[in-house]
Amino acid sequence: MTNIPKNLKYAQSHEWVERLDNGAVRIGITDHAQEQLGDMVYVELPEPGQEVNAGEECAVVESVKAASDVYSPVSGTITRINDDVAANPEIVNQSPYDDGWLFEIKLSDSSELDELLDAGAYGDLADAESH
Amino acid sequence: MPFIPHTETDVQEMLAAIGATNIEDLFDEIPAELRTDRLGEIPPGLGEMDITRLMMERADQDGRYKCFIGAGAYEHHIPAAVWQIATRGEFYSSYTPYQAEASQGTLQLIYEFQTMMANLTALDVSNASLYEGGSALAEAVLMAVRANRKSHAKRVLMPRTVHPHYRKVVATIVRNQNIDIIDVDFDGKGGHTTIEALEKVKGDDVTALVIPQPNFFGVLEDVDALTDWAHACGALAIGVVNPVALALLKPPGEWGAKGADIACGEGQPLGIPLSSGGPYFGFMCCRQEHVRQMPGRIVGRTVDLDGKTGYTLTLQAREQHIRRSKATSNICTNQGLMVTAATIHMTLLGPDGLDRVARNCHANTVALADRLTTLSGVERVFNRSCFHETVLRLNKPVSEVLQRLAERDILGGYDLSNEHPQLGNALLICATETKTGADIDHYADTLANILNSGN
Repeated sequence: MTNIPKNLKYAQSHEWVERLDNGAVRIGITDHAQEQLGDMVYVELPEPGQEVNAGEECAVVESVKAASDVYSPVSGTITRINDDVAANPEIVNQSPYDDGWLFEIKLSDSSELDELLDAGAYGDLADAESH
Repeated sequence: MPFIPHTETDVQEMLAAIGATNIEDLFDEIPAELRTDRLGEIPPGLGEMDITRLMMERADQDGRYKCFIGAGAYEHHIPAAVWQIATRGEFYSSYTPYQAEASQGTLQLIYEFQTMMANLTALDVSNASLYEGGSALAEAVLMAVRANRKSHAKRVLMPRTVHPHYRKVVATIVRNQNIDIIDVDFDGKGGHTTIEALEKVKGDDVTALVIPQPNFFGVLEDVDALTDWAHACGALAIGVVNPVALALLKPPGEWGAKGADIACGEGQPLGIPLSSGGPYFGFMCCRQEHVRQMPGRIVGRTVDLDGKTGYTLTLQAREQHIRRSKATSNICTNQGLMVTAATIHMTLLGPDGLDRVARNCHANTVALADRLTTLSGVERVFNRSCFHETVLRLNKPVSEVLQRLAERDILGGYDLSNEHPQLGNALLICATETKTGADIDHYADTLANILNSGN
């Protein structure tokens, strides 16, 4: 059964969003997404300082099966990237919600968070895709 | 790889399976006005005997010229074994089969080719080849723009010492990609690209610098300084190199403090005959850190379930059958047959053989230039060292002189006056290892006659 933490928000394109104490958000791909993609071999991350819009592709994850774009669920400026996953992509498989985070964004419009899915709605989406 | 044609029964079964009555139905979507029902310029067929005779007559018209033209395509001796082996049935396909069809022999050959090219360029990885040198450079420019994510301007500096055809191909291919190609002037005395010229066009953000070695004039560029300058500007360094010259010159991977990031060029000098411009093949190598931005196929070596060595296409997620429109390139094929010949050619020559070829080319070109410049009305244009080409200035229009040399069965060189009129009556000459001292004497005596007559 795929893991969908209750405290996170989700995008239909299978990214999760976590609110951080400093007003920024942390973003990664869901457990369901990493299961579908399989063993990760490469992660390409955005550049810190880069401006992104909600829905814009800003990273690439590549597995032994496929390469897939990661879309930013929110608009803002990239503040941090996770160099550990760039060096060891398998972390995304092992720990998609913790050590396997991809990048952090300083929000330009926090109301965008309200448009994202909660864990229940994302669970329905993941279920529907699995069948 | 055998060719297995469809039988009429196969075709009928396939049509039935998809609900089409005949093959024409498959082309329904093409509007009638875009289709032609005949190829009016194609004459009726000829029998083998007639066509052989016709082609022999045409071949006789070619004559037997002594060729002193280089300018991007070079006459080298090709051991007879090269094409004897390359045209064996196991190899004789111009197309590299997709994974499922590829034989281990084909894959191993490409792997060996990649290994040789990576060794020649002193870079980490090579792809399985591209169409030819010009499109290889265009792909290298696109690759550098993708790979250099610190740079946002998409500005690529292109010395005017790069082959003019390559510059045109690059301009054509990158035109619609919002990439600025900035020309860089060359030094009038040395015929090379200077740091001063680069500083003039530097601007705020340089994505990549193209560095030809040797350059189009045959001149050796100061590759260490150019590479270091590029890196100091945050730009990638793209080497455009002659593979034979790499036997003698410092390889791109060792240019400057960090080495060039990408090297590409024309592979024709490695066993491909001069043949009306093609087919040739392009090559491309890069540092490991840029491999995911490299276009084209890459073959890797691995082991199978039983631990036996096997070869397979690798890093395919860059390619169009997986990444679709976001692939590193939508040229996903390569010049398989040319690469086969080049790999056999390099194997037969070995590092020492390639080194001897390069040394003889250089020595012959220097001897030819020395000899021709003893004639009155002939002078060297540039004062820097060359590899196997150099530029001479004549006291007569070059096209006339070349015409009169051709009447005496000498192809005397490449007329630079169209592309570089500011150089005057400039002639680019080349003498590879195929030329003898007698050939050089004959050229010099003939040229002396032409220049002395009709004044």
